[in-house]
Amino acid sequence: MNTPLRKVGMVMLAMLTLLLANTTYVQVIRGDDYASDSRNSRVLYEEYSRERGKIVSDEAGQVLAGVEPSNDNFNFRRTYRNGPMYAPVTGYYSIMYGAGGMENAEDAFLNGSDPRLFVRRLSDMVTGRDPRGGNVRLTIKPAVQKAAYQAMTENGYTGSVVAMDPKTGHILGMVSTPSYDPNRLASHDGDKQQQAWQEYSEADGNPMLNRAVRETYPPGSTFKIVTTAAALEDGMAPDAGVTSDSEVTLPHTSTQLENYGGATCPGNTLKDALKYSCNTAFAEIAGDLGPEKLRATAANFGIGEDDMRIPLGVVPSSLGELESPAALYQSGIGQRDVRLTPLQDALLAATVANDGMAMKPNLVKARLAPDLSTIEDIAPEELTGEPAMSAESAEALTQMMIQSEENTGGGGKDPELKIASKTGTAEHGSDPKNTPPHAWYTAFAPHDDPKIAVAVIVESGGNRGLAATGGTVAAEIARATMSAGLGGG
Amino acid sequence: MAAAAGNQSAVGQQYTTNPPRELPKRRGTELMLLAFAAVIVTTAFVLVQINQEQSLSWSILWYGGAYLAIFSAAHVAVRRWAPYADPLILPCVALLNGLGLVAIYRLDLAEAERARSLGEEFAGSAPRQVLYTVVALALFLAVLRVIKDHRTLTSYAYTAGLAGLILLALPAMLPASLSEVNGAKVWLRLPGFSIQPGEFAKILLMIFFASFLVAKRDLFMTAGKRILGVELPRARDLGPIIIAAVVCLGILVFERDLGTALLFFGITLMMLYVATERAIWVVVGLSMFLVGAFIAYQLFTHVQQRVTNWIDPLATYDDPGGGYQIAQGLFGLGTGGVFGTGLGAGRPEMVPEAHTDFISAALGEEIGFVGLAAVLLLYLLLAMRGMRSALAVRDTFGKLLGGGLSFAIVMQVFVIVGGVTKLIPMTGVTTPFLSAGGSSLLANYILVALLLRISDTARRPIQQKPSGEAPPKQLAPIAEAHTVMVQRPPQTPAEGGPALSASGGQQGPGQPAPGQQNAGQQNPGHQAAGHQPVPPAPGGQQSPGQARGGRQTPPQTAQPASDGPLPSGPSQTGPQQAEPSAAAEEPAWPTEDSTDEPNRPKGDDAT
Repeated sequence: MNTPLRKVGMVMLAMLTLLLANTTYVQVIRGDDYASDSRNSRVLYEEYSRERGKIVSDEAGQVLAGVEPSNDNFNFRRTYRNGPMYAPVTGYYSIMYGAGGMENAEDAFLNGSDPRLFVRRLSDMVTGRDPRGGNVRLTIKPAVQKAAYQAMTENGYTGSVVAMDPKTGHILGMVSTPSYDPNRLASHDGDKQQQAWQEYSEADGNPMLNRAVRETYPPGSTFKIVTTAAALEDGMAPDAGVTSDSEVTLPHTSTQLENYGGATCPGNTLKDALKYSCNTAFAEIAGDLGPEKLRATAANFGIGEDDMRIPLGVVPSSLGELESPAALYQSGIGQRDVRLTPLQDALLAATVANDGMAMKPNLVKARLAPDLSTIEDIAPEELTGEPAMSAESAEALTQMMIQSEENTGGGGKDPELKIASKTGTAEHGSDPKNTPPHAWYTAFAPHDDPKIAVAVIVESGGNRGLAATGGTVAAEIARATMSAGLGGG
Repeated sequence: MAAAAGNQSAVGQQYTTNPPRELPKRRGTELMLLAFAAVIVTTAFVLVQINQEQSLSWSILWYGGAYLAIFSAAHVAVRRWAPYADPLILPCVALLNGLGLVAIYRLDLAEAERARSLGEEFAGSAPRQVLYTVVALALFLAVLRVIKDHRTLTSYAYTAGLAGLILLALPAMLPASLSEVNGAKVWLRLPGFSIQPGEFAKILLMIFFASFLVAKRDLFMTAGKRILGVELPRARDLGPIIIAAVVCLGILVFERDLGTALLFFGITLMMLYVATERAIWVVVGLSMFLVGAFIAYQLFTHVQQRVTNWIDPLATYDDPGGGYQIAQGLFGLGTGGVFGTGLGAGRPEMVPEAHTDFISAALGEEIGFVGLAAVLLLYLLLAMRGMRSALAVRDTFGKLLGGGLSFAIVMQVFVIVGGVTKLIPMTGVTTPFLSAGGSSLLANYILVALLLRISDTARRPIQQKPSGEAPPKQLAPIAEAHTVMVQRPPQTPAEGGPALSASGGQQGPGQPAPGQQNAGQQNPGHQAAGHQPVPPAPGGQQSPGQARGGRQTPPQTAQPASDGPLPSGPSQTGPQQAEPSAAAEEPAWPTEDSTDEPNRPKGDDAT
């Protein structure tokens, strides 16, 4: 009986060998795959028990996202000062739902795993300190952010404000309303987290959507900046004559395209057309330019850039197909399939302000070590390396936009600000005539030495319904934002 | 071999003059190893506390004290009631059980944390597990004390079989309110506590199978029909066991306890194979298993679910009843990586049922692949020591039972750890000695007590005085016998040498010196020759008459108090008496390997 017993012994050996081999496969060969699976929240837990780096604003280093010690087994809780106001900037950091926004984009740096922090991690190990994450300094100016956020929320508007420094691309303010409080998602109480997440996901107006960079809208008349720039680059003079008809027929169709309110344009030059925002004129200009020229100019404004990171991912803005002359007519006034993010819209004004050169928008100014010494400064970059228009064209366009601002109503007008602007009233929806339009306003100031460029969108007319225009609804918010930005120097 | 050759001349007459060797009981070794296990467990415990609470608490004294008391008592009991038992078995068990306690305690800390944050009450499993260990110890002592000789168990074979079946069937027949916990209908819910009778049924049925198979063994081997060139036992000989096996499986499938069903099936197959020595049973059994598995897959959705979860647990991660648990276990194992996160520094509580079915995932996360592999090897060591004892013991019942018990440990580990690591579909069984749960612990301690009893018998020196003219007062215990250079007794004919290699070696012991050389070179299949110096050869495949003495029907076997097979021995082996005394040879060289590994010496020499 010993022979079969011995064979059974060999079988036992084989079974254990199989187990060992399989354990090797699971733990050693596939180990990293399993460890880094997005559903494996152990990694997140691990990060949590480390002191995560802070997200601070540019001016005075206000801490937008910090940590406070918690006496549970996570050691630290993420805290957000003025959570809803800065939520589009900071994002959230949640045990159950992971990280979003800047928390996600700069995660490796904030949680300390970034290779640039390696030397400091070593020294932490030697000195026995718990490893800490690096800090991220943003370009945000609290005054700008606050002014923009308050202007939007006081009116209960749904929409977005983006303010940037035209010369550097630094984003000074980025607001999206309605907003959410990332503190609730950072709670260490699972039920509270879950409740907050559910509430925010189901709420009207989708508060967790960062409209500034994750949503595109038809830009309406603010797009005429691009059309004008293309025309000027094409050799058209500001005084060149254009149609002043109240309506034009779209080529090869019987559809009429009319001016706002069906009015005849008060002037018949290019600069009048921009001042009064005459649709018919710009439709024809776009039709004359043709799709290639329009697209080429738009590209240097940043439209069509499909991997823009600030470092938050920005959904691409686009002109659409421009498949026919009719489409070209409509696209020339920012309708049809033209879709811009609010950030891109701010970039239109900023590009004009920066003598025709678009700067790469960016939210991060510097990355700092845990001890606040600078590890990396982010230098301003040109977006495409090619100007969207010449400096002369930009100057001409600025003059037109100053005229446009003079013609624009709305509250908060202050000649001291020296604003150059363009409004937009964008139709949208399946029944455009009976859907309150999006109110747009994009501007920069002061026009002789631009320091801030802003775009505002108030979705679906804000509180004015069908009568809403960019001037009446959005302008006031942008002016308040620019005032805050310039007041702060 | 070199040593042996060197000794050859020196040995000369030594076997007659050398006083009988005092057989080492190896209890000192056991104590040292137990102390070693205690050090490891204490270190693990301290690590958990340091990593979890940043400071040591008094509970370490409580747990440490309980642990020491339990295994001191076990050690004393073994010293007293099974002094020749294998010295490695108990330390392996102590280490496994200790690591289990540490893991459970560690999971308790995490659960308590969670409960505290939710404002709930939480009662840990660790104190209960300590209590179970104490009860298990009591059972362990009782088994060692009461069962002085494992062969007495054969008298109760049918009782054990019946009891096993009833225990197994009880949960299936009782209403769910009395037998269902967490959806598994495998419990007996008694006031105050619950037990899983299946765990005990496992051992009872193994006793029955072993006894039955041994009793009917000759029938299987002789009175068979030849089919396709293979001798199959007659159905009526094999009937009871087939029926018992099928009933067991039926019940388990009905109870949806797939893991235990698989375990029983494997054990039955193994015992059948060992008893009949016919590989055809393994082939038949495995084919039956494949067919059965296929049918079960077609019939039962829960079987399909398990297979789906096995193939890709990540794909069914979010489904109800899907791969979430297995995936979490894999995440934990992956996060642990090669060296683990450190005890108390991981998050093993994220795996549902981490303290029972998935305790290997919990351990693998915190002590890494290295630690988990060590734990697996510990099981292998434990089972292999059991298997050694089975090989060394003289009676066939002991062999079959010891082999079965050892195999059961490995099989169970294979089923559960294989399930956790996605080697095979997950079927819930407990991890022996590690998992939280009283029934499993109690049953496994009984199992270990039986193994110790068998190993004690295997290594215990034979006290019986051999009748006949041969001089030696003390026979070497079979297990202790090793190759010895013996002077060729003048009356022995020289035919032994060649016969040895051809005929299985039961005459080996009588070999004159040249024959010994041959014995040393025998193939491993005949390592059994290690105890063949003693006349009544152990394997039983020797001369029928001799062997049958050892495997009479149960009552008869039980009668000779200690050495059933022996009486026939001396008379038959008169001429070959040389070697019993030879075992008491010069003590210098063979002691280490011979004592630990009763069978090895010859094999070792050969390699």
